[in-house]
Amino acid sequence: MRYRRAGLAKVLACTAVLAAAATACGSGESGTSADGKVELTVATFNQFGYEELFKEYEAANPNVKITERKTGQASPHHQNLFTKLGAGSGLADIEAVEEGFLSQVMAKSGQFENLKEIGPKDVREDRWLQWKTDAVTTKDGKLIGYGTDIGPLAMCYRKDLFEAAGLPSDPEGVKPLFATWDSYFEAGDRYVAATGGKAWFDSAAQIFNPMHNQASVGYFDRDDKLVIETNDDKKIFEQVAGAVARKQSAKLAAWSPEWETGFKQSAFATKTCPSWMLGVIEGNAGPEHKGKWAVTAAFPGGGGNWGGSYLTVPKQGKNKAEAVKLAAWLTAPEQQIKAFKAKGTFPSQTEALISPELLNQTNEYFGGEKVGMLFSEQANKVAAAQYKGPKDGEIQDNVVSPALLAVEQGTSVGDAWKTVVEGAQKAAK
Amino acid sequence: MTTELTVTRGRGAEPRPPRRDDNDDIGSGKSWRYKLTRLDVKFSPYLYIAPFFVLFAVVGLFPLLYTAYISLFDWELGGDEQPFVGIDNYTELLADSQFWNAMVNTLSIFAMSTLPQIVTAVLLAVLLNTALRGRTGWRMGVLLPYVASLVALTIIFGDLFGVQYGIINDLIEMVGLDRIDWQAERWWSHVAIASMVNWRWTGYNALIVLAAMQAIPRDIYEAAWVDGASKVRQFFSITLPMLRPTLIFVVVTSTIGGLQIFTEPLLFSPSAGVNGGATNQYQTVVLYMYSSGFRSFDLGYASAMAWVLFVVIIAIAGINFMLTRKLASSGEA
Repeated sequence: MRYRRAGLAKVLACTAVLAAAATACGSGESGTSADGKVELTVATFNQFGYEELFKEYEAANPNVKITERKTGQASPHHQNLFTKLGAGSGLADIEAVEEGFLSQVMAKSGQFENLKEIGPKDVREDRWLQWKTDAVTTKDGKLIGYGTDIGPLAMCYRKDLFEAAGLPSDPEGVKPLFATWDSYFEAGDRYVAATGGKAWFDSAAQIFNPMHNQASVGYFDRDDKLVIETNDDKKIFEQVAGAVARKQSAKLAAWSPEWETGFKQSAFATKTCPSWMLGVIEGNAGPEHKGKWAVTAAFPGGGGNWGGSYLTVPKQGKNKAEAVKLAAWLTAPEQQIKAFKAKGTFPSQTEALISPELLNQTNEYFGGEKVGMLFSEQANKVAAAQYKGPKDGEIQDNVVSPALLAVEQGTSVGDAWKTVVEGAQKAAK
Repeated sequence: MTTELTVTRGRGAEPRPPRRDDNDDIGSGKSWRYKLTRLDVKFSPYLYIAPFFVLFAVVGLFPLLYTAYISLFDWELGGDEQPFVGIDNYTELLADSQFWNAMVNTLSIFAMSTLPQIVTAVLLAVLLNTALRGRTGWRMGVLLPYVASLVALTIIFGDLFGVQYGIINDLIEMVGLDRIDWQAERWWSHVAIASMVNWRWTGYNALIVLAAMQAIPRDIYEAAWVDGASKVRQFFSITLPMLRPTLIFVVVTSTIGGLQIFTEPLLFSPSAGVNGGATNQYQTVVLYMYSSGFRSFDLGYASAMAWVLFVVIIAIAGINFMLTRKLASSGEA
């Protein structure tokens, strides 16, 4: 009988363990480790270039132990962020937020610390470019994130294709083509005519988005009322759709395998180009196109930004005082320059933008261009942060971009615009 | 036959509860221990299977019921309040044209995948059941698509079905036909997605059918052969009816899987994402549900959708169950 009883006990224990394992999910972050150190977790995605900086900070602050929670891609990182905001626990002490998801985070700004209040007093708002800080400041003046990097927009273009089409091709000479959107589309018409129907840009959404972001009013006004029917979006939409009708689009949706192949196949001659796009182009176009791509310090309609992140401190964290100190330190110009050197993240701090290390950076693939100086110049051209409503990102990605793709696939402009308005109203509801 | 064998064997026989008269010599002091033994014998089997049911209750049943609860609220993820709205989510859902569009897409992709898949699987099993050289190799071969990573598979198929640079369009053009816009045209996009599903599951189902085929006693075939039945007649009058339980299993599992297609349409075009194409032309119900829940954070609405889909799956699985039973019963297929 003895063995049987042991068996019974084992089953009981087993059941209990399984039940416990299934129900006890992710609780119990004490915030301090056994040796009395303050434990800080920092959740990032992609590459922030912080690995060495963490070691440096730990060396300077022996009472702090930093753990980085790294997610490969931005999308799952933010999904986790929103899920755990909803759950009320489980977030890291410092959470990185990407610009594309910022409007959703701002809609829940009450769950983040106001860094003006709890942050070190020597961190002044003029540490960053004005528009970078404005985008993360709530309507009632709270600052919920420290800027890390940005993605200032310039224009990338194919020198050899421009030459063959009889267009100017040196970085100075092409600037007039990229002065305004009108001149951009006009040059596109000339290019299409000269090449017998080759495309000017990769896809309509890639043109619409920066044009939309340059407008003074976005999808929502400052009272979060949807204004897509009265702002400039219809005009912009029709302008881009017109260019599609005139065969300027290669109809290759960004990030699709076909788009990647398009770089190799020389399917289009220009690309709206945030600083981080240079690496993407190099990777997709391959070594055979080295020196054929060029980048110029011009962008139609002024400037623009695509990408870049912030560090936020969620209210549910355990060591907010220590977390905000670390976030302030990481986003100081000296540290962001180091991150820039490590992983190429373009700094958003005014002082970092005039650092010689940044200004002297060149890119061999793009004909030895001084890209550091170029993008620094572009960063200062960004006019003002457009106000983003809570559903801004969703409308951009799930309503407008698909509608532009539909236009490229043959839907009429009128029908496509109708689906935009309906989709936006549904999303904003 | 096998069941009889195990029963006669000493080990593995079911423990019989000790009879009272067996314990006559045991004094009253030991009755506590006796009671324990009785309890042990009575309840241990349940405890042994309990881990599964406890886990199921926690990760299966509870979410199911909680989803039903959430579907009655205007439940926004991370929202400040979740007001009770009754069946509003359901009425809104039934009037939502995008939902019906997704439902049609799902059924269309499901029909294009399940039907050809099962027919091919049975035929493939017949072929694999013949005296081939290197039989094991062939049999393992059909399972390879199932072993391969679904994500890798989808990306490769997405490449093959590429509109401008895809091999399939190149081949179509070589034959002299027009290139097909696999992304933009609704039915063609369904064909492309269904082909991914078929590629992955046909071999797997063929193996299950093959296993059932091998369990059919040879003497039935021999008797039919003596009676002069042709191979085709044998297939329809013996093989198919004898495969009935297996076919029902295969059809029901493919129905459940087929109506929940998610990864294939999601990754078919990485840029389209949860939209399932520019005009939702290949957005399935699960994709729309995911989009509502985790893109729009409208969990109440997504939960209502989950329940409607659950009911639809049960209904269609039930219909399929009856159809299969009918088709494979009389021998008149």
